[in-house]
Amino acid sequence: MISGRTDLPVLKPFRIGATEPWRITLWHGVALVIALIVAIGIGEAQAQAVAGKPGIIVTMLKWTPLLLQGFALNIAMSFLAMAIGTVLGVPLGLGLISLLPPARAGSWLITQFFRNAPWLVLLFYCMLLLPFEFSIGHTVVPLPGWLKSTFGLALPVLANVAELVRGAVRSIPFGQWEAAESLAMTRRQTMWMVILPQCVKRMTPPWMNLYAILTVATPLTSVVGVSEAMTLTGDILSSESRTELLVPMYLYLLLFFFIYCYPIARATLALEKRFAVK
Amino acid sequence: MAAPATWTPDQPLVRLADVHKRFHEFEVLKGVSMDVLKGEVVCIIGPSGSGKSTLLRCINALVPIEKGSILVEGQEVNDPKLDKLALRRKVGMVFQQYNLFPHKTALENVMMAPVHVLKRDRKDVEAQARALIKKVRLEGKEASYPGELSGGQQQRIAIARSLAMNPDVMLFDEVTAALDPETVKGVLVTIRELAEDGMTCMIVTHEMGFAREVANRVYFTDGGVLVESGPPREFFANPRDPRTRQFLDQIL
Repeated sequence: MISGRTDLPVLKPFRIGATEPWRITLWHGVALVIALIVAIGIGEAQAQAVAGKPGIIVTMLKWTPLLLQGFALNIAMSFLAMAIGTVLGVPLGLGLISLLPPARAGSWLITQFFRNAPWLVLLFYCMLLLPFEFSIGHTVVPLPGWLKSTFGLALPVLANVAELVRGAVRSIPFGQWEAAESLAMTRRQTMWMVILPQCVKRMTPPWMNLYAILTVATPLTSVVGVSEAMTLTGDILSSESRTELLVPMYLYLLLFFFIYCYPIARATLALEKRFAVK
Repeated sequence: MAAPATWTPDQPLVRLADVHKRFHEFEVLKGVSMDVLKGEVVCIIGPSGSGKSTLLRCINALVPIEKGSILVEGQEVNDPKLDKLALRRKVGMVFQQYNLFPHKTALENVMMAPVHVLKRDRKDVEAQARALIKKVRLEGKEASYPGELSGGQQQRIAIARSLAMNPDVMLFDEVTAALDPETVKGVLVTIRELAEDGMTCMIVTHEMGFAREVANRVYFTDGGVLVESGPPREFFANPRDPRTRQFLDQIL
């Protein structure tokens, strides 16, 4: 980083972890589209060598409605996992900054555990440990695989949301606490009326980024057999059993994720810029 | 609770006796004693790091003390069983950095504590808040957010916010130190009017002219002790202690 030149020995600000967060850029999309065009071109050439088979694009379009159905499940899972993760993660984050040492220690343990565990491992745990149905009174509520794996995805999300909350609260200047205290506000009042409302704004961009990460992680659930877009792509490929379809099909699937996640990434960036000025 | 019933207005409103405070190794206050009567305006001056701000923070229990006694209307602040919230309702404080709540408008800033802490009727509070904003000469800025106001304007809203709790004593912690010179005057005028209305004020300041003008008594602190005090005219004309003289020579 070069900002301003001087002959004097100056100490540049040292920042830990000042790396850019993971983010989808337009270049990802451009690369993706180019790769897709090339792959389709090669595929079509191969398809023409064998007579009597429909073209790659025709085949892809034929399966698009099914793929979209699967993709809708990805989106549904991402929504639900984010909702669960946020609803549980906010109280957990407040636990991290609680004045009660046991609450703090407990929250810390939960957060660290779920934050550092591989997502796939958590997914397997949820798939294998949760029952396929449970009963409330006399009604039996089925617990389908996609729902169980959504809980599995919600676990790392809640731990990350908890960290976001803790970080945001920490970032509020101490003077805000002092001012509220000197107005005889209780800690709870200070938290809910002064600190947290200011945190919402600070938390929104990283929260959206987390959502994008979660969305591109939903195909993990194909490993545990959920019929989402990734699984369906595999099914389509095996029913077509045409090797030249393999690369274009998966690139096509990637394009779905890009089209969905790119606007989110742009919006996150825009919000970050707007809030950064202040 | 230390029976506040025994306190009568003719006794000191704030009484400090041998107050000690240390931050780890560093002893900030080394036995400070002073009395502030009801309606009195005291200014506390002294070099930075002499414990002035800490002294104010101790009075409303933002900072606990190790030794000594602080009585506010007869209530002991240095008491583990102290009802901090009850104390802070009586003691208003204004900070160097204003510390307005940036997500609330000026009016909401002023109204928040009376509505939620004192549980007063919202309509009454709003009427009082509007009157206070008018009093600090910021009529028309009720709907502005702190970010839209100048430093001096924010500080006057902060004063109004504190006054809305109807405190018995106001603490001012270098309230003009962070301001642009042209906005200082408005804040000082506001405080002077407050003092003229009979509000008990403890003011930590670097504005010597202001201290001379408004104070009933000026205190000079250095190295965690009160070096000397006196009525402003006498204090500024004839400082007795060499440290006071040196300090005044440096800044006047």
